[in-house]
Amino acid sequence: MSVVFFAIAAILVISGGIGVVAARNIVYAALSLLVAMVGTAGVFLIGLAEFLALVQLLIYGGAVVIVILFSLMLTKIQDFEFLTANKQWPIALIVAIFLLGLLGISILVEGSATTTMGSTNISELGLSLFSDWAIPFELASLVLLIALIGAVVVVRRDNGEDK
Amino acid sequence: MELIYFQLLAAILFCIGIYGVLARRSAVLILMSIELMLNAVNINLIGYAAFSSFGSAHRNLGQVLVIFIITIAAAELALAMAIILRLYRNKNNVNVDELDILKG
Repeated sequence: MSVVFFAIAAILVISGGIGVVAARNIVYAALSLLVAMVGTAGVFLIGLAEFLALVQLLIYGGAVVIVILFSLMLTKIQDFEFLTANKQWPIALIVAIFLLGLLGISILVEGSATTTMGSTNISELGLSLFSDWAIPFELASLVLLIALIGAVVVVRRDNGEDK
Repeated sequence: MELIYFQLLAAILFCIGIYGVLARRSAVLILMSIELMLNAVNINLIGYAAFSSFGSAHRNLGQVLVIFIITIAAAELALAMAIILRLYRNKNNVNVDELDILKG
């Protein structure tokens, strides 16, 4: 049964991903990214990561796609001519297919020894995050704070700048 | 369910992201493709965490790593968007083929 749900989520993820790299309209690409992110949240649910599925929906579905749409609004990308792929797209396609073949062959040859899924619960995850990983957790929050302040500093207009 | 499904899905999504990074012209679209690649890595980690046979400590480790990746990805996205807005304001252009001011 879970295979059926996984197949639905995987179709969402792959079609969203292809939409991101193939859409002619940049807003459609952003919305395809949303589809791919929602599908990824479904994959997380099947992979026993309920908390991370929620985080995925909130951060990617909520924040990231909205930030991208806002930046599209602010940069006014209106000429659709340069949204087409550039001259090197056949090379890019060859590279992607070659890498997919390499990864697929190594995955299929290696196989997987375990076929049973374990169980996790959110309280254990929280305990592990705030005991074993407390210092990296705080450092990550510091990195996020510095990055956001840096973003504000980069975007802010200087006094001497015209316009 | 088997681990192979997660691995194959992650590989496909990663290759779609590679194609997007190499073939697209707009900096915003390249950023979206990078987000796709980060998500492929997350799917892989969740798969390995769910099928780990080393007890719940390892499963939690996989999920904690995904939390850190999502945090760093959000920071990266904020900075990249700031740089793209700055580029648009200074150069009136976010086409990466024409942005070669660091070329020397």
